[in-house]
Amino acid sequence: MTLHPKDRAIVEATQAGLPLVPTPFEVVANTLGMSEKELLDRLAHLKKQGVIRRIGAAPNHYRLGMTSNGMTVWDVDDSVVDELGERVGALPFVTHSYRRPRALPDWPYNLFAMVHGATRKEVLEKQKEISTLLGDACRVGDILFSTRILKKTGMRLRRKEN
Amino acid sequence: MTADLSDIDRKLINSLQDDLPLTSHPFATVAEELGLSEEDVIDRTRRLRDDGLLTRFGPFFDAEALGGAFCLCAIAVPADQFEEVLTKVNAYSEVAHNYERNHRLNMWFVLATESKAEIDKTAAAIEQDTGLQVLLFPKEREFFIGFRVNA
Repeated sequence: MTLHPKDRAIVEATQAGLPLVPTPFEVVANTLGMSEKELLDRLAHLKKQGVIRRIGAAPNHYRLGMTSNGMTVWDVDDSVVDELGERVGALPFVTHSYRRPRALPDWPYNLFAMVHGATRKEVLEKQKEISTLLGDACRVGDILFSTRILKKTGMRLRRKEN
Repeated sequence: MTADLSDIDRKLINSLQDDLPLTSHPFATVAEELGLSEEDVIDRTRRLRDDGLLTRFGPFFDAEALGGAFCLCAIAVPADQFEEVLTKVNAYSEVAHNYERNHRLNMWFVLATESKAEIDKTAAAIEQDTGLQVLLFPKEREFFIGFRVNA
């Protein structure tokens, strides 16, 4: 998808966050040389297109006590994986859920769901809930805990070279 | 969950995870729901962000919709080579996140590039550099997420 240059400018101006002032959209609009109305209309359109998922806060899991996370992985029958994936994604403790290709013979899993919790025990209980939800459609599952963050960089839109 | 957080701050964190209305005074709407003043909501939000309880406040973009390609990758790194391989893998600017995990496939990272072709090229270069197979797990489908942290 190619973004309109004005939309690209909006992304660049807001990806670090919105100003915390009474009229944040007006402030951003002023820096972009557009009216507040145009900015709000463009944001509404970007939401409709799915470029923006929501506008809100990203809580710090760790600071809020969610210090354990596990990548649960499942080998789910291809004929029902999408339907079940939707239900797994909707669980309140799942932060990401994707269908991905298997890498046989080592990796039979096609459904990934990231689970967060206060403790490893809590994460394991949640893994069990997913297992129950998947039922017989799931042949085998596993959970991978992260033992070390090796690199973490923000993913930012790179500025287009002119 | 965090002892030093007031009830108001907890409610505010929960509320701020909802979609902010696209209006001139969006914080006034949040304030009304919580029975606070607009100024109080803004001050508290700023403090929560400055204290690191919120990592950011603003639009969440779909990285792929913005253009660019992403792919989850994994390598089974022999324990005695781990640090050496890590140095080589992290040297690639295309490697955005990298986690050690407790599995035979013990190194999991995300490649972020401008195009799908560059994903394959970078993965091949990492294989060449490390002598280890890079498994690619591209996203085939993303499921809707209902997650929110209950502060």
